[in-house]
Amino acid sequence: MKTRSSNFKANVAEALHDGQLQKALKNVPDGFVAKRAKARSKLPEFDALTLEARQIKAHTLEHLDLYLENFERQVIAQGGNVHWARSGVDACDIIGDICQSNDARIVAKSKSMVTEEIALNGHLERMGLEVVETDLGEYIIQIRGETPSHIIAPAIHLTKEQIVDDFRRVHNELETDRALESPETLVAEAREVLRAKFLAADVGITGANLLVAETGASVIVTNEGNADLVQTLPRVHIVVASIEKMVPTIEDATTILRVLARSATGQELSTYTTFTNGPRRAGDMDGPVETHVILLDNGRTELLASEFHEVLRCIRCGACMNHCPVYQAVGGHSYGWVYPGPIGAVLTPSHVGIEEAYHLPFASSFCGACEAVCPMGIPLPKLMRQWRNRAFKKELTSRGQAKLLKGWLWLAMRPRTYHRLTSWGMRAFSFALRRPALAKWLPLPADWTKHREFPVPDGMSFQARFKNGGHRLTHTRRHADKKGGR
Amino acid sequence: MKEALQTNRRPRVGLFVTCLVDLFRPGVGFSTLRLLEDAGCDVSVPEGQSCCGQPAYNIGEKQGAAELARMTIGNFEKYDYVVAPSGSCAAMLKRHYPVLLKGDPAWELRAETFSRKVHELVSFLTDVMGVKSVDVKLKRRATYHDACSGLRELAISSQPRTLLATVKGLELVELNDAQACCGFGGTFSVNYGDLSNAILEKKVADVLDREPDLLIGGDLGCLMNIEGKLKRMGAQVEVRHVAEVLAGDVGQKLPQREG
Repeated sequence: MKTRSSNFKANVAEALHDGQLQKALKNVPDGFVAKRAKARSKLPEFDALTLEARQIKAHTLEHLDLYLENFERQVIAQGGNVHWARSGVDACDIIGDICQSNDARIVAKSKSMVTEEIALNGHLERMGLEVVETDLGEYIIQIRGETPSHIIAPAIHLTKEQIVDDFRRVHNELETDRALESPETLVAEAREVLRAKFLAADVGITGANLLVAETGASVIVTNEGNADLVQTLPRVHIVVASIEKMVPTIEDATTILRVLARSATGQELSTYTTFTNGPRRAGDMDGPVETHVILLDNGRTELLASEFHEVLRCIRCGACMNHCPVYQAVGGHSYGWVYPGPIGAVLTPSHVGIEEAYHLPFASSFCGACEAVCPMGIPLPKLMRQWRNRAFKKELTSRGQAKLLKGWLWLAMRPRTYHRLTSWGMRAFSFALRRPALAKWLPLPADWTKHREFPVPDGMSFQARFKNGGHRLTHTRRHADKKGGR
Repeated sequence: MKEALQTNRRPRVGLFVTCLVDLFRPGVGFSTLRLLEDAGCDVSVPEGQSCCGQPAYNIGEKQGAAELARMTIGNFEKYDYVVAPSGSCAAMLKRHYPVLLKGDPAWELRAETFSRKVHELVSFLTDVMGVKSVDVKLKRRATYHDACSGLRELAISSQPRTLLATVKGLELVELNDAQACCGFGGTFSVNYGDLSNAILEKKVADVLDREPDLLIGGDLGCLMNIEGKLKRMGAQVEVRHVAEVLAGDVGQKLPQREG
């Protein structure tokens, strides 16, 4: 996927002025945030469960090599194939080869962020294959030629009215005056169109929410059941999963699933949860004849060895972006790459470089809402801060700001000089700020004053007043004059 | 050192004023002083303080922030407690200094010990000094904004409400979403002004929806951000630090706007 992260500021400006987008984004707090809170309140042990879930992931990551090898043995024993892909390009090549060797023409896919990460659709289309996204949201953005703006709700940036227009435009073989305005009719129409594709597809590609080392199962959850059709109807099924999806046992998988659905959509469980083990066995009614699991690294082992290793606990629930005031304000496309929101602010620099993704870890007020709701306890602000440290070391900070910081640090490290300078400095500043004729010459930060008044200091600094006996003054005045005030 | 050996002496508190209080709202510092003294503390204001170092820390200038951390620790570790009228600065001292100085053999342990002494003002009054009420009367309709750092890094949420509930005549109405960020974020507000403003607008809309004549909070950064917006909009809401309210330094009437 092409990166637009370096354009973050321009993307933000565009997003803030996009009326449709702003209308659509209201669904984030109204939907996700409220629903998660309700689900959490209905399960008293939810917080304890998240602690257990993060321990499972932390343990697995510490012994990832062993679990991966066991997973591979299990898959092979059940007649499946395992492919190790170091990079996205490797993974695309492997998948392309599988499609080619099966003379595939149509590939059906269920929603998968990791295939966005490796830009699989473009690769397959360049090979002449027809790629059909079968998740409703993903299908909508596919017909619009867009990318997902949210990791679990790819079309959250769109309003229903926009989707109705798209369906009328693309499904032009259907009656033009058909009723489409309710969500139900939209789903029914998509189902109608997609059903034919499911039946015609030669290869089905799914992602995986989890991989189970104990049994070699890959686990996927959906609310539409589309992943089940994708992996049972076509002759060949390919699972693309990054290596950190691993958990040791089925019991571990169920613990994480309980946390995942509640954190993501506020459901107790997603509507469909499917455990897949290898190809169709003798006596099976259906299922693929040939199965493959692509184990993708694409930078994960480097992350694992780095100060960012905690990010690998992520189960892609999307809670961090749902609760992020920045995401809520501008949506996912502003971030400019595959993963938006706080998790994207940490992951994107590791994939495309901090130079390209410079803005993402900085464009945060560090409110900490993401970390507070992350079921995996990923310290997202801390990890963003680590990127900021690296950016500063690489001298990516604007020269003006770096100089200002240096001067300020020099002063702050000399408190006596600092207090002497600020005691009259703030008085002068306050005096000037109260007089429009003078105030216009002050170098106030434009980004601040564009939207708000600059705070007028109350004159002499606290330290100066305190030194002059201001404390005794207020102490006695308090009893004489209860009015107080500035 | 005789004094230190006495068990019943007043706890010695080093007041970390914070740069925003020092430079912009000195009155908050005096309100803080009085609250601490009324609670039975022996308060000192060390001259060897300037800023907690967050601007440097948040820009990624770890070394500069660490230097300020060493200076602050050196000048404050002699007190029993270190108190700041800000959740954000207190969290910097308490939570982030140990992270900054980790791996520095001379300072790691000192930072840890120092960290245990640090408290945000209101939570210090309630949780450490056992203050249960204040003797203040204020007939105003107020609302309270939870500043993010205090809320999420120091778990400050019930403490200010507990004390504000004892202010006679004060009607405290909760915001629809008191815990939503105001969009300040220090350098964030000047580097990503439009984005910061989009977040701020939601906060201000929430405030105006509750129709208070007073907005109270525990962090000057957030308060000046919200106040700046309210002023720009010409809204008649006074913005004050919780210390000023608890110390009885807020007037009974909404001040008339200048100009």
